[in-house]
Amino acid sequence: MLRTLSAAAIGLVFGAGIVISGMANPAKVLNFFDVLGNWDPSLLLVMGSALGVTLVGYRLVLRRSAPAFDSMFHLPTKRDLDLPLIGGSALFGVGWGIAGFCPGGAIPALGSGELGPAVFVAAMIGGILLANGLKMAFVRRQELA
Amino acid sequence: MDTIFTPLEALLGGSLIGIAAVALMALHGRIAGMTGILTSVVLFKGDWGWRLAFLLGAVAAPIVIVLLTGASMPVQAELPPWAIILGGLLVGVGVTFGGGCTSGHGVCGIARLSPRSMVATLTFMATTFLTVFVVRHVLGGF
Repeated sequence: MLRTLSAAAIGLVFGAGIVISGMANPAKVLNFFDVLGNWDPSLLLVMGSALGVTLVGYRLVLRRSAPAFDSMFHLPTKRDLDLPLIGGSALFGVGWGIAGFCPGGAIPALGSGELGPAVFVAAMIGGILLANGLKMAFVRRQELA
Repeated sequence: MDTIFTPLEALLGGSLIGIAAVALMALHGRIAGMTGILTSVVLFKGDWGWRLAFLLGAVAAPIVIVLLTGASMPVQAELPPWAIILGGLLVGVGVTFGGGCTSGHGVCGIARLSPRSMVATLTFMATTFLTVFVVRHVLGGF
């Protein structure tokens, strides 16, 4: 119960950060990437400050043996710079550049009650399901071969 | 659609995102990556209960802020529906194969000094710049 409540509270802080910084607003995000247009550098400060806090905070937290509500830290173990990483990230950027929403911006934007974020999130979930289906089919084919 | 540079809001909001990322690691031992959290919930895969709570908290944020401060929360997505749908599909497929997005790779991954996350972030930042350039300055917008 405490674990679930704390996750909701952390989600609220995350969402507040996104909304206050303007990153739930596609116009603001796209204007960062439009250096030749009416450039809005806000995103740079958002990522910079988020990264700075996390960089220092992780150093302190990961010194401990375990998190409060779990027996271990769950950290990614993959190391390879492979085609899915680069190709997938490239595709993500194209989609971000078209619509101006990334996943972390779109989810809090849902709370605005506007139609745009809802349409985007529905399509994004469609893409996630499609890609996970493709990945599973690929793994199954490799197992059969 | 013009927007203005908001340095104070950017620094405050960014710091809150960082605080959330550090808190999720300190309390739950997890990366605050929206891609991983959302994927686990929509596939009911793994430990999705706390992740659903995180998503609901994030969705509630603009509602709570508007109720508390009365501030307006502009979401200017003035694009044709097909562009929003195309963008959403590409983002969904891309972050699944790329294994993360701006929060997971761009903030948490780089903070862990992960080479994969640095390569992913440089790649999607580059293609986003390129896409916005093509859409706005070659195609002349949607």
